[in-house]
Amino acid sequence: MIKELLASHLVYWLIIILFMLGPFGIILQKNLVKKLMAMNIMQVAVIIFFLVLGQKEGATLPIEIHGLTGAANYINPLPHALMLTAIVVSLSTTGVALALLLLLQKKYGVLEEDELLRRMN
Amino acid sequence: MKLFSYLSLGLMVVVLFATAGGLPVLFDKNSPAAVNVSPRYIEESHRETGSPNFVTAVLADYRGYDTLGETTVIFTAGVAAVLLLRTGRKNGDDSGVDGE
Amino acid sequence: MNRRFGSVVLDTAFRYLVPFILVYAVYVLIHGEDSPGGGFQAGALFGIAIVLEHLVHGDKAFLKIPGTWAVAVAGGGALFYGLIGLFCILSGGNMLQYGMLPLMQDVVERHVLGILGIEIGVTICVMATIVAIFNALTGREDLL
Repeated sequence: MIKELLASHLVYWLIIILFMLGPFGIILQKNLVKKLMAMNIMQVAVIIFFLVLGQKEGATLPIEIHGLTGAANYINPLPHALMLTAIVVSLSTTGVALALLLLLQKKYGVLEEDELLRRMN
Repeated sequence: MKLFSYLSLGLMVVVLFATAGGLPVLFDKNSPAAVNVSPRYIEESHRETGSPNFVTAVLADYRGYDTLGETTVIFTAGVAAVLLLRTGRKNGDDSGVDGE
Repeated sequence: MNRRFGSVVLDTAFRYLVPFILVYAVYVLIHGEDSPGGGFQAGALFGIAIVLEHLVHGDKAFLKIPGTWAVAVAGGGALFYGLIGLFCILSGGNMLQYGMLPLMQDVVERHVLGILGIEIGVTICVMATIVAIFNALTGREDLL
């Protein structure tokens, strides 16, 4: 029951809801740390979307088992390979963003967007 | 400005939900992602690269140049974080933005 | 960072956890061709082990890559990766064409060796980058 419901595009709707938390947070939140967290949530949604695209019915991990051949028996390895690097890159970009936020906090003493813009001018 | 933000967000939600119906069904064996490139990787990569793990074969062999770029990106991010937060021990006054 | 990280239980648990994380990271790196794993995951595990050691022991940590050295090690990892690609060119092939490596007889063995080599490079780069970012973020106590 839940499987049919998920298969008939419910899983994409859930991913879209998770993804839209990102733009909503980035545009509507005023705190820069919360904007960064929303950006990370958006990245996670994209990663889940790619992994969902790689699934197949009745298939196993993309690691060859002796005697089991045929493309239908293994899930698609390409999204895994692409998302593996995306996860690590998102980690490093988060590090750079946190460094920038630390410097902003040091220089202006605040991370709220409107207050920050007021103090900059 | 506030109205524009809400309008663009609403438009984004509508477009995403409207186009979700065109995506392949979950667990579909005949989705475009599963029939075009990946069978070649699954059937030939063990013989060609000697690695039973298809993900490693794709990541390190077929797309080795791509992974080199990703490694450079990670290294650049590390350099950027360290340069942003350097303490500047050599010259006491030349220490980034925290001079004030 | 000389003050204690967590409670006594947490500190002791992390102290015993670090060697197992290191062994697991080596397993994930070396065995990454036959089972789930690879350079990125092993690098993240090594980085986490070093960060935990630093958190628990502070400046007296056994495993640590001091300050600017971490960036140099990360660059060394990326350079190692690039040198393997260059080595393939010098052996008469294309960039990263492991079949041309003049090390083994069998072409498949050359591929396996090349994959292991670049994964070691990736591991070193990811590990040192995580440690570098951690050191940069926690080294500025005046900012926190």
